[in-house]
Amino acid sequence: MTPGRVRFALAIGVVLLLEGLVRFGFINRFAMIPPSEMLWDLGSLLLDGGIWPAIEKTLTDVFLACAAAVVVGVVLGTLIHRWRLLRDALDPLFGAYYAIPVYAFYPLFIVIFGLGDVPQVLIGFMLGLVAVIVNTFSGLDRVPSVLVKTARIHRLGPVVTALRVSLPFAAPYIFTGVKLAVAYSFIGVIGAELIMSRTGLGYEIGYAYNNFDNAVMYPLIVFVLAVAGSVNAVFFMWEKKLLARRRR
Amino acid sequence: MTGILPQRAAATALLLVGLLACWQALFAFAGTNALTSPLDTIAYAAQLLGTASFYPHLIETAKAFCIALGFALALGFFIGFTLGLHRFSGEVGEPVLVALYSIPKITLYPIVLLAFGIGMPAKVAFGALHGVVPIAIFTLAAVRSLNPVYLKAARMMRLAPWQITSRVLLPAAIPEIFTGVRIGFSLTLIGTLLGEMFASQRGIGFLLIQGIGLHNIKLIMALTLMLVVIAVAASAILLSVDRRLRR
Repeated sequence: MTPGRVRFALAIGVVLLLEGLVRFGFINRFAMIPPSEMLWDLGSLLLDGGIWPAIEKTLTDVFLACAAAVVVGVVLGTLIHRWRLLRDALDPLFGAYYAIPVYAFYPLFIVIFGLGDVPQVLIGFMLGLVAVIVNTFSGLDRVPSVLVKTARIHRLGPVVTALRVSLPFAAPYIFTGVKLAVAYSFIGVIGAELIMSRTGLGYEIGYAYNNFDNAVMYPLIVFVLAVAGSVNAVFFMWEKKLLARRRR
Repeated sequence: MTGILPQRAAATALLLVGLLACWQALFAFAGTNALTSPLDTIAYAAQLLGTASFYPHLIETAKAFCIALGFALALGFFIGFTLGLHRFSGEVGEPVLVALYSIPKITLYPIVLLAFGIGMPAKVAFGALHGVVPIAIFTLAAVRSLNPVYLKAARMMRLAPWQITSRVLLPAAIPEIFTGVRIGFSLTLIGTLLGEMFASQRGIGFLLIQGIGLHNIKLIMALTLMLVVIAVAASAILLSVDRRLRR
């Protein structure tokens, strides 16, 4: 048996176990509904259509947060990498960054920007940004000096050198940052929506929870986990493919 | 060696000055309706630390965090060592752990609440849930990449399994494991705070949510500052231990 098949069998086993535990009353239906009902309810929720605006809003915010984190992160990373003093000054911040509970800033953002999409996108962006910057650094650190010298011989300017030589070389490392940014954007946006917001999947889950509406809450949780999981998996496989092509 | 430390201190000082300047500039731009100035915030934080009614919240959060970290460490080590020592289990389990790391665990919060009820157990469970995965992933990777000779030698000497773990594997893998502990530490803190934000009557997270509800900017800013200072200080200590272990 391959590990993949064992994993699949295990997943099926866990789902069946949960189904049995709930069906035969070992887990209170008040606490959890059977997985089969979660899927069924999810299907009817999606067909019903009322949930689509929330899905669209959350996914748009996640996309905005992630795209901004990647673009700003690569640009800032490249700039800071060129400026030794600034990098030395910022290194302690980057080292301790992920120890800072970013959600603690959420109340502040709500006060500053109001309770719209901006605070949520900003939280996702902040979570992803430093991962992209740090990984851009580690990629640029590894660019062989021969490449830089060749670029200089060809009289390429700093921008062209970055775009044509160093960033392409650093791409696999930056990709690690992108993968993290994708995961962190989901975590940031949905987390912020759960804490406080007016729309979005996180909000809908919190609302259903407060009303003990398990028939909405569990399907939505499954949906979020499935979407985030498959997006992460797609990036994971894309990376594998890119790396395989590079090795040839 | 001389010259490196003052240089690093200078860089950190530069960073602090820069951050404070940004904060002051933001304050000048956004005004008192949105945030408080650095000086006012520090003063209010000091005032909070002087009030007796603040300490039960701080102690509550500290207690929840410590218990959660204990659970995260114990479970993370257990999972990491079990999967790391058995190659096939590791191959099956590692992608699952990585997937768990990248999903928004915050959506699981309602389930945790339904299972544990409102209060201390739910906070602890949510904190541990966040911390356990990175600890397990790093422990797994550390144990798997150990030199197999160590294990063979330990078996030759007929050490009991717990002796192999405590005397051979743990000392050899500790630098890698500690990196996981460092990340797990921060994530456990975030998880505990999130737990307090949603459903709790005490703790720093509860005060934060209360601050939003009452539009108490002074309180929000002071608490955020305190959290950042505590988190960064703890992370700096852990980072220096981490660097020392890797030498």
